[in-house]
Amino acid sequence: MKLIIKVLFISLLALQARAELVIEITQGKQSAIPMAVVPFKWKGTKALPENVAQIVANDLGRSGYFNSLPKTEMLSLPNTEEEIFYRDWELLKQDYLVVGEIKQDGRGGYIINFKLIDVNTQTALMNQKLTGGASALRDIAHFMSDRIFAALTGLPGAFSTKLVYVTTNRDRTKFNLSYADADGAREQNIFSSKQPIISPSWSADGKKIAYASFENGRSEIFVQEIASGKREKIASFKGSNSAPAFSPDGKKMAMVLSRNGNPDVYVMDLASRQLDRITKHYGIDTEPQWMPDGQSLIFTSSRVGKPQIYKVALADRKPKRITFEGDYNARARITPDGRKMVMVHRNNGRFHIATQNMKTGVLQILTSETQLDESPSVAPNGSMVVYAASVGDRSILAAVSLDGEVKFRLPSKYGDVREPAWSPLLK
Amino acid sequence: MQKRALVKALGLTFGAVLMTACASNSDVAEGDELKPLDAAQENVAEKAAEVETKGVEAQAVAGEQIDAAANEAQAALMDMTVFYFGFDNTTIKADSKNSLIAHSQYLAANSSARVVLEGHADERGTVEYNLALGERRAISVSRFLQANGAASSQIETVSFGEERPALMGHNDDSWSQNRRVEIKYQSR
Repeated sequence: MKLIIKVLFISLLALQARAELVIEITQGKQSAIPMAVVPFKWKGTKALPENVAQIVANDLGRSGYFNSLPKTEMLSLPNTEEEIFYRDWELLKQDYLVVGEIKQDGRGGYIINFKLIDVNTQTALMNQKLTGGASALRDIAHFMSDRIFAALTGLPGAFSTKLVYVTTNRDRTKFNLSYADADGAREQNIFSSKQPIISPSWSADGKKIAYASFENGRSEIFVQEIASGKREKIASFKGSNSAPAFSPDGKKMAMVLSRNGNPDVYVMDLASRQLDRITKHYGIDTEPQWMPDGQSLIFTSSRVGKPQIYKVALADRKPKRITFEGDYNARARITPDGRKMVMVHRNNGRFHIATQNMKTGVLQILTSETQLDESPSVAPNGSMVVYAASVGDRSILAAVSLDGEVKFRLPSKYGDVREPAWSPLLK
Repeated sequence: MQKRALVKALGLTFGAVLMTACASNSDVAEGDELKPLDAAQENVAEKAAEVETKGVEAQAVAGEQIDAAANEAQAALMDMTVFYFGFDNTTIKADSKNSLIAHSQYLAANSSARVVLEGHADERGTVEYNLALGERRAISVSRFLQANGAASSQIETVSFGEERPALMGHNDDSWSQNRRVEIKYQSR
């Protein structure tokens, strides 16, 4: 019975109108490496459900490290190494080439053979065979992008990752927690409510999402398992319960509670539900985030009057201010290597996304075209930041590379999109 | 009736004194606001106690009339249920105080009355900071009501941060309407 209900629930979700994000690249990198992903050969009788080469080309182009040559500009369309006429690609000034073919296996799944070619040395850098089920073409494509990206940049690719975000209608009478591929495809709602949903955040293993939901009239913290949809209420103390952040080892959760009359940062041991109060101040303390070593937190505090970022070691509980430029710095997130912080920064009355070097303290504003930028979340390979912004009268998701050179947007077809959270690398 | 009138009349005097007493408390900059409260509250209580005796003497005679006038004035003041704030600010504005005092008096006079104070912020800045800001605004109002005679057991506070704007525009007009605390009576 339970299973039937779950299946029914999932089908209902599938029928709902979806926000479906569509990527628009608004600014590319000057130094991006030119490369071409040639459409793959397919000998099946039916058309393929996904354009694999296009997905790979989009992934790589969106990363900012590469400029993907549009198909319309290609002079020839080789599928194997033997078919490559290198003069074509030298003329087009392409450094790398991806060629391949797709076949059907006996069980309705797919086999993709592809090669990554260095045009300058005329050698194959990578020769791989990938297989997947009938519904897995997109996953195979993103996996291929990850492999190519890692081979050429030395960084792990983040194309097989996911995003969660909140979508709302214009009247703010319906809120969805949505789950989609990092490129916005395959969106589905994993939780819906008539009341606000805020601050989704991932567990380090990518299996759970914590968020604050107002379904009972005020903000309470829930944890939801992605695979099963099972939810559990974690914090519903008097006042607001919000800003959940799983510790890197997944055993603890930093959160903000106002149970003592004022928002302060707490750490909860998830097994025992024991609370440990980290900050004690009459100002606002909120938006805690773990440093990668799990030994300290950064958080936003208004203790000097305006919001600034502070760092506190769990060992000594002595908050130390770490932002000094501007009168509004909030909601900091740390890059996976711990070297940079990304945050909301107000400059001349405008809210933008900025990075700050954790060692030197040097601040760089990354965004300028969007307005009211908020909710930055860093990709698990540290290459990009996704954030929510106001464009026209809509709230959309946008992304910017950590060096500010690459920008793209993920506008939705309806309603507002807010509060993105980028997943960790998924195994 | 006579007794009630006295209480009401008293309340008005009480409130007026408190208004002055509270002014210094409520006009301080945002970050400092919560700190001096305990001290201020004690002060207020002392002053109020002094006034109480005087008030009874002076106004006992004209009881009925004041009651009617006071009721009318109070009803008018209580029509105002939304109170606005400055950007990144939780200080109660001067033009909100008379009405908030009327609400305090009503709560003081009707011990079964219950209110929820809903705090809100405009969309600028971060979601969680705005949730905290909304809460601080609601707490500001709650403390003001309590300082003016309402009991803490009559008041609940909740913050919706920037999630439930009154107006959907992305401009100063909408923002100023969205930075607010709404008094919602659960029972009268």
